[in-house]
Formats: sequence, C-alpha cells, structure tokens
Amino acid sequence: MNPHASVLKRVSAVRGVRGAMLVSAPDGLVVAEALMDDVDGRAIAALAAALAARLRRAAGSAGLGSPCVIHLRGEAGALLAVPAGEELLLVAVGDRETNLGLARLELLEAARSIR
Amino acid sequence: MRVLESWVSDPLSRFLTESAARVVLLMTSSGQVVAQHGFTRSVDVMSAAALGAGIMASTGEIARIMGSPRFGALVHQGSDQGMLLAGFDTPRGRWIGLVVYGPETSLGLVQLFFQQFTDEIAAAAPPEESRGPVLAENFEHELNASLRALFGR
Repeated sequence: MNPHASVLKRVSAVRGVRGAMLVSAPDGLVVAEALMDDVDGRAIAALAAALAARLRRAAGSAGLGSPCVIHLRGEAGALLAVPAGEELLLVAVGDRETNLGLARLELLEAARSIR
Repeated sequence: MRVLESWVSDPLSRFLTESAARVVLLMTSSGQVVAQHGFTRSVDVMSAAALGAGIMASTGEIARIMGSPRFGALVHQGSDQGMLLAGFDTPRGRWIGLVVYGPETSLGLVQLFFQQFTDEIAAAAPPEESRGPVLAENFEHELNASLRALFGR
C-alpha cells in the first residue's frame, strides 16, 4: 500500500474535494493520487507544479518568501496546493461546494506529516 | 519553425507556445523529418532524426523481446535540459516527436500539451496522396526541396 494513501484519503474526505495528490514539484508529475474517476490527474499535477514554480519566483521577487498555500479558484472549482518537503506538493482539487477552509487545514496538517 | 507539410504548422505552433519547449523535431518512424523548431544547422537535424528514430526502433525491439506492448515515450532529465522522445499514430503512419525543454517549463506540462498536440495532428492530417515509385531523377530534387523547406535555403 502506498505510504501516502492514508494522508490523501483524509484530504479527499473533506466535503466537495474531488481528489488529492502528491506531485513532484520540479517536473509536474503525479507521485501518488486519490482522485475521482473524472479528474485528470496529469493535468492537475502539471498545472499545480507550474503555478508553484511561477509563484515561488514572483513571491520571492516581491519579498514575500516562498508561498505556503496556493489557492486557484475557477468557475467550476478550486485547486489548493501546499509544499510538502523539498520537492513535493500536496494538491487538492474540489468543486464549487468545497469547504475550502477545512480543506486548507487538512492539507497543511497532511503536508506536515509528510515532511 | 519549419514544416514540410503546412497542416502541421498550427498544431505545432500551439504546442510550442503552450509547452514553452526549446526544440522540437517531428519525424516519421524511419527518421524522415516532417518539421523542426530550434535547430539552426541541417546536419544537427538529420543526426537527431536518425538517432531519435534509432532509439525508438531499439526500445520497440526490447519491448517485443520482453513480450510487452511498445513503449510510448522515453524521457531523459538533465541538470539544465530534459528530453522527451515519444511515438504516436497518425493517419500518415507512426510519427516520432523529440522535444527538448528547460527549467522554464516541466515534464508534466510538456507531456500534457504533447498529448493534445498529437490528438490535433491525428485530427488534422489529410488523407495521404498516392505517390508513384521513387525514381533516382526525382530523389535529389525532392530531397533538396525538403531541405529548403526545413532550413529556408
């Protein structure tokens, strides 16, 4: 069993969350995932890693340091990502009904357990 | 960007913009170049095409020996640049894409947009025109026309 499965399962259990995944930050590839069938994990992983890389550079230039939480809100849902160790991102994707506050707390807690 | 067949231009242009890839080489499974972006010397294109087609043929043979389906893609990750070498089916036969990318993008993004690119190529490809036998007197003319199209000279 994947050692991260229980962590991903806990994040996925939040209302409205359609999946959680661990992503390799440098190359945007999926490391582990717990996703609903209709969620394209490859696309989410590539998007999350690209966002994180760009935001890290921009936030650093602005003197804010590295982002602790990334939150992208779209018309049909939201993406949350937090760094989990040197080269990993913990990512959750949810629909419009997602309890984003709870999802963020679970992600941060899960990321701490992975580091 | 240089292409031998104009219908490849739009999908390839979109792929280059979206993926931020540095170098792209499209070739047939026999190593005949279809399009290229990022190369400046014809000798480099011909060498890369021959090597790329050779690698795909070799890994295909290894897969056959192992009794598994052929490998879809091969990735080399360097400290500064990475390379994706992937085969895909088109109505014109099996083609190979060689993509070199840098730290301004990621393998995940390149793979994602490459998949979209191959879907667009498969949809846009016109039916192959029937061609006559390859004659010695036509070969050099066609080769020079291809080189002019790919390198503008």
